[in-house]
Amino acid sequence: MALPPPDPQFVLRGTSAAVHTLHFSCGGQERDVPILFSGSENGFIHVWNLKTHRVDAALDGHGRKSVYCVETMGGKDRLLSQGRDQRICLWDLAEGRTSVTDSVFTENVGFCRCSLLKVAQGRWLMAMAAKAMEEVQVLELPSKTSVCTLKPEVGAKLGMPMCLKLWQLNFGSQPLLLAGYEDGSVILWSLSMGKALSQLVCHQEPVMSLDFDSEKAKGISGSSEKVLSIWSLNEQQNLQVYKTHNLVNPGISDIAIRPDKKILATAGWDHRIRIFGWKKLKPLAVLDYHTATVHCVSFSDHKNPSERLLAAGSKDHRISIWSIYTQT
Amino acid sequence: MPHRWHNGPQTCGWMEMSVSVGRPCPCAHFFLSVRRGRDSLQLLSSSPGFHLREVVEVLEQFVQEGRISAVMWEVCQQQAQAGSPDLQEALLNKIVCLPDHVSNKLQGKNPPVFFPQNYFPFLGGAVIQVLQKISDSLRGKIVSVHLVYLPVFSSTSEEILSVLLPRLTDLTKSDCIWQRICWRLVECVPDRWMEAVLLGFVQRAPGADVLSRLLGNLVVKNKKAQFVVTQKVLLLQYSHTTAVLQNLLGYLSLDSLRRALLIKVLLELLETWGSSSAVKHSPPEQQQYISKAILICLSHLKEHEIESYREELLTSMMEGVKCHLDSSLPQIRCLGMIVAESISSKINTDGPVLKFQVKADAALPSVLESNKKSCTAAPVMPDDESDAEKNIYTPQTNSYLYFFYSDDDLIPYDMSEDKELKVKAPVYIRDCIEVLTGSEDVDKWDTTVKALESLVRKNPAATREVSVELAKILLHLEEKTCTEGFGELRQRAQVAVLTTDPIPVAKYLTSQFYSLNYSLRQRIDILDVLVLAAQELSYPKSHGKTKHAGAQKPCIQLLPGSDSSKDWRRIVDERIKSKTRRFAMGRSQVEVAAVPNEFSSVAGHFFFPLIQHFDRPLTTFDLLGEDHLVLGRLVHTLAILMYLAVNTVAVTAMGKALLEFVWALRFHTDSYVRQGLLSCISSVLLSVPKERLLEDMTEELLETQSWLGDVVEKDPDGDCRRLALQNLLLMENLKKKLKAVPS
Repeated sequence: MALPPPDPQFVLRGTSAAVHTLHFSCGGQERDVPILFSGSENGFIHVWNLKTHRVDAALDGHGRKSVYCVETMGGKDRLLSQGRDQRICLWDLAEGRTSVTDSVFTENVGFCRCSLLKVAQGRWLMAMAAKAMEEVQVLELPSKTSVCTLKPEVGAKLGMPMCLKLWQLNFGSQPLLLAGYEDGSVILWSLSMGKALSQLVCHQEPVMSLDFDSEKAKGISGSSEKVLSIWSLNEQQNLQVYKTHNLVNPGISDIAIRPDKKILATAGWDHRIRIFGWKKLKPLAVLDYHTATVHCVSFSDHKNPSERLLAAGSKDHRISIWSIYTQT
Repeated sequence: MPHRWHNGPQTCGWMEMSVSVGRPCPCAHFFLSVRRGRDSLQLLSSSPGFHLREVVEVLEQFVQEGRISAVMWEVCQQQAQAGSPDLQEALLNKIVCLPDHVSNKLQGKNPPVFFPQNYFPFLGGAVIQVLQKISDSLRGKIVSVHLVYLPVFSSTSEEILSVLLPRLTDLTKSDCIWQRICWRLVECVPDRWMEAVLLGFVQRAPGADVLSRLLGNLVVKNKKAQFVVTQKVLLLQYSHTTAVLQNLLGYLSLDSLRRALLIKVLLELLETWGSSSAVKHSPPEQQQYISKAILICLSHLKEHEIESYREELLTSMMEGVKCHLDSSLPQIRCLGMIVAESISSKINTDGPVLKFQVKADAALPSVLESNKKSCTAAPVMPDDESDAEKNIYTPQTNSYLYFFYSDDDLIPYDMSEDKELKVKAPVYIRDCIEVLTGSEDVDKWDTTVKALESLVRKNPAATREVSVELAKILLHLEEKTCTEGFGELRQRAQVAVLTTDPIPVAKYLTSQFYSLNYSLRQRIDILDVLVLAAQELSYPKSHGKTKHAGAQKPCIQLLPGSDSSKDWRRIVDERIKSKTRRFAMGRSQVEVAAVPNEFSSVAGHFFFPLIQHFDRPLTTFDLLGEDHLVLGRLVHTLAILMYLAVNTVAVTAMGKALLEFVWALRFHTDSYVRQGLLSCISSVLLSVPKERLLEDMTEELLETQSWLGDVVEKDPDGDCRRLALQNLLLMENLKKKLKAVPS
């Protein structure tokens, strides 16, 4: 007899708005307090202390417009956030400061989350949807210099970029970008060449979220349909459909593969979080706690595997924290 | 000792028959002989104040030594030798009435022996003794048992029966001579006491078989007994317990001679049950009693009897169901359905059976419940088995899955709960209208119905744009799927629409109430919605709701008045505060924010259109004719609206109109309607300011008062009488208040 699915380890309440993005910062020093950043619809970024389960600070930098992406830039003191006010802000949180040090005006009206990749000490690449409809722009941070602008071929009719994932095979090798588009296709871009290496139509509907495992050269994407698509990248840099997995209810708003590449979690429009084994996409658990669409899932970066957490933020204003499959 | 008792003023006629004329002075041993004992009774009744104490002492001794049984035994023997029956009757009369006589004479200084609760058990014991003697002597020669009945069955002597009956029950168990004695005993009871005796037996007998043993075929032989059993107890009285009914009907069913009576009784009961005038005019308690009796009768019927009376049963069932379902009291309808169901299941052993979805509630007699239980007891077993099967299978399938997946090191949790999510509820009111009018998607329709109320409440502005259309759709909305609580959901949505936009929607609903082509259900719905909405509008809103009102600000802000008025209030308050010096600061009182009564401005729109057209029958709707159920609801609705309209401007006009309306309908035959009318009057008395009542409606009030007096005295319905009484009290209070405050 299979065990009933676990309950959340704890639940964070108090954002008083739908939660759109989550990011852990738990990989610091031993005495550092583990922290979870959450961005919500009312424009606040909450800094949650995971020891006390209380809000340490609430950052207001997006003019009360929804915050839909939060990332740290090497440690919990530097933060990047993206909001519907068309700005990407860089925060300095060290020593209790809560100030925006710099910001980028994206001029993009969509809700495509930007993607961040550390390419060298103190240097990041950031991919974001640009002003022109189908374009993706890559900037270098913190200098804000444009690295390249990725334009699809004329007449490709991809629609807006919906989700982005910057990655590189090894530290120092060529960074690549995976972008999911409104028409349901995923394109692998080479930043150095500025052109598409491969295109794969994974879905009939817009690609809502994707994640990629560079070790296994395998990625997964979800859309507003009832299906998860798993695709792989072969030696010739071609994307191929590897497998599809049918879901009970349509709509996936976020996908996250755990850093150890054992399991992945999806955030469903059906209020449920689903856990799969990453190896064979074996369904492992359906976590049914939220009462509204789950907007985001995120795994923690704890150094000790047994402490690893999963967080999910939902339209019901709650963030549920789970401890699941930590012993593997 | 002078023998004044001979010619004393109280000398009764029977005393002349006395055998003890010229007896020397009474002394204890003398009286205590059998014959003199009888005399002493005479003495007591005829000689007031004459050595009363002495006489009583003698009597006391007489009773305590058990002399009464000796007297009775003597009389019995005399009877065998054809003594004077008048004398004997008179004598036994005295025995029975002894406690009364003694207490009358002694005026409260009664010795305990003569308390009825002590005396009658004595008497009962004496009767048993005599009966014992008779039974003994019967084994030798025949003795008349003629007279012993008398003390047994005087109607007041409950105590006698409580002694006698258990004894007789025991004795008759195996002895046929005792049975015969007992039968003879009850047969000889004179007609005037028959009812009391029979009732005593029926009420006390522990079961129908005992009753049958004690009474024999009394009901067949004795006309009076038959009348009591078949008519009086069943059809005219209704206060007896179910156990009494069971005893009585069981008794009828136990002998073939009596079974004919049982069937006769059943048919008569059914006739009453199926008579529409009885249903209308007899109190619900009696109808329940009759229904109980019918059910018990039915349970005693045998196959062949049902076979030969099937036609009669069927006809009366059809009539009965019709007039019960016509009734406006749910309790009566329920009774009708229950009885019809059981008749139908009795007479249709193979064919289809009547089946109502009767809810088990208080109206359901316990007899029935036990009947039903015995029916449902059997099929419980297979259910259990199927449950057991389920329990066996589920683990197997799960372990199978587990095996299938176990090639990975991650063990999955139970995912059986991962089912398809229900369809998303619509977010806009116009979407709802679209779904409710056109959609074929059942799930969507379902969720829309569920979401509608909250949507309407959240978006008052959007609702106002389409309020009448929405009200129309909701009024005509029919249950497409088996949605749980559909009726309530629809009603709540209707109420929400009506409260959001009261005037146009109330106008629409009240006009539809009197228009063609609606079912009674829809008309009743309209009334219910009006009442609920009026209630909601008239209650001060809670804090949560005032916040809601804030949410609709965008449309209010267009009017400059509302906000500035608040500012004005604040400024004035502050000025007052700054210029007022307070010497003592009490604990600041939490003031409940005063909110305007929203019903005040719209009460008339709810009320007057409803009261206007009641006397104009349509082809499909005749309030004053057969649709009296709706009339009843209408009257109750008006009463509630009137009550809620307290402190509104229109209240006086409403009250006046309502009193006229009540006056027109006051002799309605349906008690539900009359109850409503009486509530109307209460509402008027409570809502209309008393000055207005007296100045504008004096005539009407006086008329009403005299009618109320009539109702209190004559109405067959208990609730009506109670309501009328309350109304009269209200009027009294009103008068008192007026006197207290002369204006």
